[in-house]
Amino acid sequence: MARSVALAHPPDPDPTGPTGPTPLAALRARPGGSLRLYAAVARSSFRRYAGYRAATWAGVFTNTVFGFFIAYTYQALWQIRPHLGGYDLSAALTYVWLGQSLLMPVAAMGGGVQDDIEARIINGDIAVDLYRPVDQQVWWLAADLGRACYHLLSRGIAPLLVGSLFFRLRMPAGGAADQALTWVAALASVALAVTVSFLLRYLAALTGFWLMDPRGIRQVTVVLGMFFSGFLLPLSLLPSALAAVAQHLPWAAMVQIPLDVFLQRRTGAALAEGLLLQAGWAGLLLGAGQLLQRAVVRKVVVQGG
Amino acid sequence: MAIIEVEDVARTFTVRRKVGRLKRERSEVRAVDGLSFEVVAGEMVGYIGPNGAGKSTTIKMLTGILVPSEGRLRVAGADPSRERVRLARRIGVVFGQRTTLWWDLPLRDSYELARRIYRIEDARYRHNLDRCIELLELGPLLGVPVRQLSLGQRMRGDIAAALLHDPEVLYLDEPTIGLDVISKNRVREFLAEINAEAGTTVLLTTHDLTDIERLCSRVMVIDHGRVVYDGSLEGLHGIGGSERTLVVDLATPQPDPITVPGARVVRMEGPRQWLAFPSADSAAPLVAAIAARYPLVDLSVKEPAIEDVIARMYGGEVGREMEAVSG
Repeated sequence: MARSVALAHPPDPDPTGPTGPTPLAALRARPGGSLRLYAAVARSSFRRYAGYRAATWAGVFTNTVFGFFIAYTYQALWQIRPHLGGYDLSAALTYVWLGQSLLMPVAAMGGGVQDDIEARIINGDIAVDLYRPVDQQVWWLAADLGRACYHLLSRGIAPLLVGSLFFRLRMPAGGAADQALTWVAALASVALAVTVSFLLRYLAALTGFWLMDPRGIRQVTVVLGMFFSGFLLPLSLLPSALAAVAQHLPWAAMVQIPLDVFLQRRTGAALAEGLLLQAGWAGLLLGAGQLLQRAVVRKVVVQGG
Repeated sequence: MAIIEVEDVARTFTVRRKVGRLKRERSEVRAVDGLSFEVVAGEMVGYIGPNGAGKSTTIKMLTGILVPSEGRLRVAGADPSRERVRLARRIGVVFGQRTTLWWDLPLRDSYELARRIYRIEDARYRHNLDRCIELLELGPLLGVPVRQLSLGQRMRGDIAAALLHDPEVLYLDEPTIGLDVISKNRVREFLAEINAEAGTTVLLTTHDLTDIERLCSRVMVIDHGRVVYDGSLEGLHGIGGSERTLVVDLATPQPDPITVPGARVVRMEGPRQWLAFPSADSAAPLVAAIAARYPLVDLSVKEPAIEDVIARMYGGEVGREMEAVSG
């Protein structure tokens, strides 16, 4: 610190008048400009979750047990009604275990940084966050992506390996190029799934600034996430009119679409359509989040919380 | 040059209260009301007042996370609420009761993030961090997850985090709350050092007057949303009818209290008597008057406890007097 103040703050080449910052100043101070910062946030978040080993193993165990439970239920169901919803038994079982793999990383039913934000709103720590010259939405997105990476590597892979020992699961088939394309598309689809899920959870968490208690919204989002993501049952099992709508909702982008990409039920145009739908929801929710975030800042700064 | 300018600032909050089943009554609370002061770059100012006086509201407005309802605010030449993000790079904020550190990660990780957030260049980051590590004795703590730190350790960690980007202004909201004497001293020494060396302007709120005594040449007392005293800590004694005590030991016990103009006996015990007189007055003529009439063996003068003075101010006696004076 010693005598480095002058160095630290070179005189502004663009002193700002009472009319506000000039475009140049605004650009320089623009939050979210630094990709490296958000990469560091994601890494920190990854390490943070990696710090809890016991919780990870307990989670893997739970995922695996649930995987067996649902897989046996599916098996019974598919023996009576083969090709239900267009899935054969092997595809259906793969659907179950992949669904378990995505449960934590995607957090379609709520959780992840949503828990942190809600807690910080309730205890008031969220005010401290506003002192940081960063874009809050991008900051939390980075944190959630870091978390999702850890959960994918731990709670995503382990149950899937166990499941593959006891059931015949379906891996991407076809030529080497087809297989590679499927893997890449599936990973991209999972990344988009996490993003869409985060953006929706972020919106839900921000409602905490108006509703004193976030639990009501949370319950609604849990139920919506459980059914409309396709986590419990593939959406094609719903009555056809409802299924057609559900396939296009943001929740479908969280589980149904990435799983169908992996199972090669979406190839060619359908694949592109699925990824576009995910990206579209991500863009829409990103914008909505920015608007809501602005309203929150206005509420805090102008009304005083 | 004033780095903080506060001019006739007021902040009102709307409070909704339930009246009966459906009706809600709205009322306005003025947390800060007609607040004006200036802080010169490099100053270290104590900002004290009872709970609910408007201290935190002031800090929030100065950092830009709250807009004033009326009046004008400038910090480092910027309007805080309109240029909040830009200003955030030039100020540091520490809350005794909150933390900006990552709870689950080693202390070092929070500093790495701060480096990225404020885009601190490598050499400067290294230099500032080393300095904080040395002065705040953070070395052994760097690898420890923040949740495992004691309150004093966490506080030191938080202060370091707020200073890595060389802020021009540092706001400290009760930085020594809950700390033991050793931790308090370490924090105080550090703050004095960075203020002296880097010229960092410091605005400090506290309930511990020792913080002020050790650190601040200037103290502002705020009550009911306005400044009721602004000056040196010693100056507080002189206002509002603060009294010093003259203790005299006489050669023989006197049956009656000593009578001298300008003082009154408040206590008697054998040959010893306690006389109260206004702080602003000199003790010399009083001593001379007593010595002329009584056989004097020994004497001493006791200063009033600063806590008592301030407690009386908070009580409103002095506050109202001062308001009457300032109109």
